[in-house]
Amino acid sequence: MSAAASEITVKSDAVKQMPVEQPHVALRGITCVFHSRGRSLHALGPVDLSLTKGEFFSVVGPSGCGKSTLLDILAGLNPPQTGTAQFEGKPIQGVPDGVGVVFQEDASFPWLNVHDNVAFGLRRAGVDPAEIKRRVDYAIGFMGLKDFAAAYPAQLSGGMRQRVCIARTLVLQPRLIMLDEPFGALDQQTRLIMGDELLRLWRETSATILLITHALDEAAMLSDRVGVMSTRPGTFIDIVETGWDRNRDSRVVSTPHFGDITARLWEKLRVEALKMMSTSETRSS
Amino acid sequence: MRTEAVLRFGIVALLVATVEILCRLHVIPVGVMIAPSQMAVELTKILVSGEFSADIISSIVNVLTSTVLSVTLGFVAGLIIYSAPGLRAALEPLLASYYAVPTFIFYPVFISLFGVGSGAIIAIAVLLAVVSMITATLNGLDRIPRVLRKTGRIYRMSRIKTAVMIELPSAAPSLFTGIKLSVAYSFIGVIASEFILSGSGVGYAIAYAYNNFETPRMYALMLLIILLVTGVNTLLNGVDRRLQSQRRR
Ligand SMILES: Nc1ncnc2c1ncn2[C@@H]1O[C@H](COP(=O)(O)OP(=O)(O)OP(=O)(O)O)[C@@H](O)[C@H]1O
Ligand SMILES: [Mg+2]
Repeated sequence: MSAAASEITVKSDAVKQMPVEQPHVALRGITCVFHSRGRSLHALGPVDLSLTKGEFFSVVGPSGCGKSTLLDILAGLNPPQTGTAQFEGKPIQGVPDGVGVVFQEDASFPWLNVHDNVAFGLRRAGVDPAEIKRRVDYAIGFMGLKDFAAAYPAQLSGGMRQRVCIARTLVLQPRLIMLDEPFGALDQQTRLIMGDELLRLWRETSATILLITHALDEAAMLSDRVGVMSTRPGTFIDIVETGWDRNRDSRVVSTPHFGDITARLWEKLRVEALKMMSTSETRSS
Repeated sequence: MRTEAVLRFGIVALLVATVEILCRLHVIPVGVMIAPSQMAVELTKILVSGEFSADIISSIVNVLTSTVLSVTLGFVAGLIIYSAPGLRAALEPLLASYYAVPTFIFYPVFISLFGVGSGAIIAIAVLLAVVSMITATLNGLDRIPRVLRKTGRIYRMSRIKTAVMIELPSAAPSLFTGIKLSVAYSFIGVIASEFILSGSGVGYAIAYAYNNFETPRMYALMLLIILLVTGVNTLLNGVDRRLQSQRRR
């Protein structure tokens, strides 16, 4: 495993040394306002954000600050009210090719077993059956679902279903992978292990990853950079560079640097969390 | 077999046996009811002689036609109502109280429209069944999780592909409930209409036997209907259970 990992490092270093012409993802002045029943709700922004190709970026922020809304905009599911969003240099209009999303809610298809769930996107894309089988078997193994390939989602735990959704996204080999609290349903130790798996995947694919999470330790351990969002309407109030090596894994949690990062994230977030608590007390306005 | 299945079978067997004994002891007079065993013998005779074959086939064809029509119409109407929220808000109370109206009161209308025969029978049965399919369709569409539609968009599927590959399977259990109800209502609608506005069909044959004091035949035909409905229902429940078992923990 370590031999394979170092081999991958060489490759990824090669990727890093390539000249970076343009950001992989670029957001400028993005805002989102929802209108429902004659009332308008400023959910997000203005947000500016650039992600470099192959970067692991996490977003933390108080509940309801617009994290999922931001993801929807990046995925082309929901156009912003103002601002420009670009993926690979092209404006985002509709869902761009090369983007994979794992949603916050369980999106597994209850009528398909695990294998067919994971194969769904590949079949839609008309990939040849032998290749489908190879990629699906790999993704299922990668996500630790090998013994459940024939099981239906209803027979799995919430965390396992979320893994099905991750596998289903991975097999399409997206160049930008966005995950919205994918490990929310998992216990702490499984979350750390899944984090390691995600890092391994990230190294193997050199995809850009945008991870939304509630867990500061998860963000601190996994990311190159962590964006901290304010309460609604969410904007980035801090972007923390972790400075981790590309070969990091969950063992970094025992280093003093990890403590520093988490402390800085919490310092920023605590203020926002307190603000949110006080605004929710005076909601009547 | 699980214990409740055994128990259920036992209860039915006990009831049948009780009736059998009461008939044999003439506690229930022959003119009122014949013993279940005799019903079975009589039914076998009827089936072998083929005397009622035309009636049986006519009823089955009518039930099938009515089911197909009400499922198709109900599904299409459901889709239309679903996609027009304003229309839906207006119709919802009507749909909800629909089954408070005894549909059969309209039989004179249908006789004048279609004449006596299959047309009127099917019309009544469809009228009875179609709303259950509309309701089931709306219910199924309502229950499609938003995130599944979003997933379809992420896979860059067309509207039609999303409908066929995501929305339809997602709504399938509810739609199947609609089909089951449509079959049941079609049976009720067809057999009952044959009593009042027909010169053929099993319903008509039962009424005819009753009017002519042919008690054994009447009971044999009633037994036939019960067996038919039980058989169809068992079949549909089997499919239903398979659909549900995928989704249940
Ligand atoms: N379709 C919508 N229509 C109206 N309001 C919406 C819609 N989607 C989200 N909102 C509102 O926008 C705000 C931001 O929602 P969003 O789901 O992006 O928050 P979040 O940061 O992902 O929260 P959480 O951490 O709880 O998932 C919330 O107040 C939410 O109620
Ligand atoms: Mg969210």
